Amino acid sequence: MNINHHLDEATLFSYVAGSLSQGMALVVASHISICDSCRERVFETEAIGGALLNEMVSDNSSDSSASVKVDETALEQVLACLDEEEPTISLDSSLSDGEPDACSPGNTGEVPAPLSDYIGGSLDAVQWKRLSPGFYYFDVFKEQRGICRLLKVAPGKSILPHGHHGNELTLLLRGSYADEVGRFAQGDVADLDDQIEHQPLVDGNEDCICLVATDSPLRFTTLLGKVIQPITRF
Amino acid sequence: MVNVVPIRKNSMTANQSKAWSAMLAEMAVTKDKSLYIQLYQHFAPKVKAYIIRLGVMEATAEELTQEAMLNMWRKSHLFQPNKSAASTWLFTLARNQSIDWMRKQKYPEYSLDNMQDRLEEASDADIGEQTVQSERIAQAISQLPENQAQVIYMSFYEGRSHSEIADRLMIPLGSVKSRIRLAAEKLKLTLRGEISLGGEQ
Ligand SMILES: [Zn+2]
Repeated sequence: MNINHHLDEATLFSYVAGSLSQGMALVVASHISICDSCRERVFETEAIGGALLNEMVSDNSSDSSASVKVDETALEQVLACLDEEEPTISLDSSLSDGEPDACSPGNTGEVPAPLSDYIGGSLDAVQWKRLSPGFYYFDVFKEQRGICRLLKVAPGKSILPHGHHGNELTLLLRGSYADEVGRFAQGDVADLDDQIEHQPLVDGNEDCICLVATDSPLRFTTLLGKVIQPITRF
Repeated sequence: MVNVVPIRKNSMTANQSKAWSAMLAEMAVTKDKSLYIQLYQHFAPKVKAYIIRLGVMEATAEELTQEAMLNMWRKSHLFQPNKSAASTWLFTLARNQSIDWMRKQKYPEYSLDNMQDRLEEASDADIGEQTVQSERIAQAISQLPENQAQVIYMSFYEGRSHSEIADRLMIPLGSVKSRIRLAAEKLKLTLRGEISLGGEQ
């Protein structure tokens, strides 16, 4: 896959730290599962996590403020659990071909593995809800703040101009769009923050389907947008 | 005010760290419990300390630590010594265990289990390289400017989102992201050995 737009370093870092919202983490995990270069960046970032873990406490630390005691009996309990575990070496990993869920039924190859856990393997099987002519959506799950949602937009349609109070992450699953930032096609990720206001236009001749996650409500800049915002919870 | 990362100056030597990665790789193959016990005694306190920093109560942190340490046994066949040091892999186990518990749902993971290169043989040189990197990063973190160390701390140790950090520090979201970006890029350069340690920062 020819991917031109990648994850922002700060987004990647927070994903590895475990501090992204559930929806944004899903977009990141989905992109990483199809993007080799971002996956390498994740490995590097995880090494930072390992170094930080190493610094937490030392097993021979004499520094009392840094020492955390693990319950003495805990090791015995854990060892007892090991005895109950069959030491199974999974062969799944050697059987898989590395493509996300490529062998699962109905997977068209457009749905990255982490997303398929939520919506199954086919974008055409999604229970789309109509928002307005040419606009469809499906909420992947409910978020406390923000959204995690699939959008399907017909060719030639433009999404209302909007800005963001927080971050907005978009992963292109099918089709393409162009906006003030550039042109986005399958596999590309648009990683935007509150500095950017944009109006994406679907420029191909097929529907544009993307996974969008935000960590706070979007901010529409037109009157119509402000009116429909309470209805659509954008 | 928020604490700045308390990095200890005398971190373990590369040899020690390499030994832990080699030990974990060996345990994955042999399922030797005496190796498990040594790994447990070394890493369990670190894992628990990390989980507590994330804001989990002591009793729960103890449970989550045990679960993470059990996973070290159950999933050891997935440890890839040519890709990461033992500490890095344990960090991901501890992170997933605590986030899944805090959110009551699974933190989306990229499907590592599906990756074929998991099964590659790791050479001794690879293992050494990974742990040397861990050394360098620890030192580089201690040399970050305070405002960068602070956002790294809040993100990693406290699990705070960009907007939470922005609210707490009363700075714009964009500033939080650019500080994290600068720090992360600096740490990765160090990791690749492209900048020397101990220089002017
Ligand atoms: Zn990428």
